[in-house]
Amino acid sequence: MPAEVAVLGVGMHPWGKWGRNFVEYGVHAARAALADAGLAWTDVQFVAGGDTMRNGYPGYVAGASIAQAMGWNGAQVASTYGACATGAQAIDVARARILAGLSEVALVVGADTTPKGFFAPAGGDRKTDPDWLRFHLLGATNPIYFGLYARRRMEIFGATLEDFAQVKVKNSRHGLANPNARYKKLYTLEEVMASQVVSDPLRLLDICATSDGGAAVVLTSLDFARKHTVKPVRVAAISTVTPVYPNTVIEMPNFATDSAVGVAVPDVPFRDSIARRAYEQAGIGPEDVSFAEVYDLSTALELDWYENIGLAKPGDAERILRDGVTTLGGKQPVNPSGGLGCFGEAIPAQAISQLCELTWQLRGQAGERQVANAKVGVAVNQGLFGHGSAILATV
Amino acid sequence: MSKARVPAAAGWFTLDDSAPALLGTRCKACGTYFFPREEFSCRNPRCGASDFEETPLSTRGKLWSFTDNRYPPPKPYVAPDPFVPYAVAAVELEREKMVVLGQVVAGVGCDQLAAGMEMELVLDTLYEDDANEYVIWKWRPCDAR
Repeated sequence: MPAEVAVLGVGMHPWGKWGRNFVEYGVHAARAALADAGLAWTDVQFVAGGDTMRNGYPGYVAGASIAQAMGWNGAQVASTYGACATGAQAIDVARARILAGLSEVALVVGADTTPKGFFAPAGGDRKTDPDWLRFHLLGATNPIYFGLYARRRMEIFGATLEDFAQVKVKNSRHGLANPNARYKKLYTLEEVMASQVVSDPLRLLDICATSDGGAAVVLTSLDFARKHTVKPVRVAAISTVTPVYPNTVIEMPNFATDSAVGVAVPDVPFRDSIARRAYEQAGIGPEDVSFAEVYDLSTALELDWYENIGLAKPGDAERILRDGVTTLGGKQPVNPSGGLGCFGEAIPAQAISQLCELTWQLRGQAGERQVANAKVGVAVNQGLFGHGSAILATV
Repeated sequence: MSKARVPAAAGWFTLDDSAPALLGTRCKACGTYFFPREEFSCRNPRCGASDFEETPLSTRGKLWSFTDNRYPPPKPYVAPDPFVPYAVAAVELEREKMVVLGQVVAGVGCDQLAAGMEMELVLDTLYEDDANEYVIWKWRPCDAR
């Protein structure tokens, strides 16, 4: 029997470019999640915060910053950072604490306020920091890495610019009715393909923006949840795996891959290992998945994810996209929320927002973007410095 | 007066135009290559040795993938004004079994590149200030000379 915790409440602050303190978005999301759970802030025994690196010291101790803004309630606290997997790590800390019997009710919250334009490294003259050096020596922005992956798909699998654009068209349709999405506009293929190239072959509308936003979930033990609701959504597995050496795919912020001279390449590449570990924990497989939320930092990356999480064999992602498998109404819809294409990335909130979407879908509360008969949802992401995560939720 | 030529990253490559090469390290215990140079602890999880030798990396490899910057990257990149777009290549080195990034020389755009192409390493200017020319490695298609 897999160890499970309940998602009793979820809440978000809409994504946008609001320009306010990240703590406000966190408090808004936390209060919404508590209201959804039917609990008071004073019921929370443990707070797990997802840290933001762009908002000074309060961002590095996000759990405490948001707890203070809610009014100190004496809860125990942890703050975590894991690049794009930040929120999943915070959820995992809370889950472990509940499963260990140390807490019954935990609030997980993440929020961010982002600058305009490309993400840039921390300031100063940081000549031993690979994240600083990749900008200084190569001008290697995040879209440079996304562009390399996208071009590789074209060269190896014959993906086309139109395939990439179709991902954006699909997700823009999915996100239209999502009240928390930043971009609620239906794009046509022509509009996507006419947008400016940023990093060949990717255009502006292929690449996700950076956003402000906040998301929160209330996690509890299954026993506690059953006293409050009939059929709680359950977190069945969380994977926060690191790569196994040697990782032979170039990853942000690196200049080179690991060398495979001294050690054989592992059977399962890093990106395949992220969801696989979660499937193993839950004792299910990709064929059991009703829908997925994947980290579409670019449209082309969404196609990579189809293969990484087992929805398609390598080289088959374009086919299942074209066949409508991953569109709402299809067999395994991907990014029913609209994905990063409709949200933009609010780093510490993003993985938490993915669990919010899984929960709404599994409860049947997703309105016009509802996946029919949603029983199992998987959310995945990957970011800098070998972080990645997968969350499996079920009902 | 000519400017001094200095590496934009000290110790990452030779400054010899007749024999340009990236300088990596190799673990003396398990033979694993590292670039940029690892000199503290071998990252093979079953090794962990701390003796390394400096080694020039292969100067040719096969193009794994490529892209470009159409807009100026943010600081600390020193972008010329007006900005000139440039390509970035990921090149697979056969002997080292690793992929290494680098800018592509000026004048070679993505439309002239294809996966599998043979690429070679050259030295070129990254940027200049009043005193110095800062040198960096770049990739160039072997048939572009």
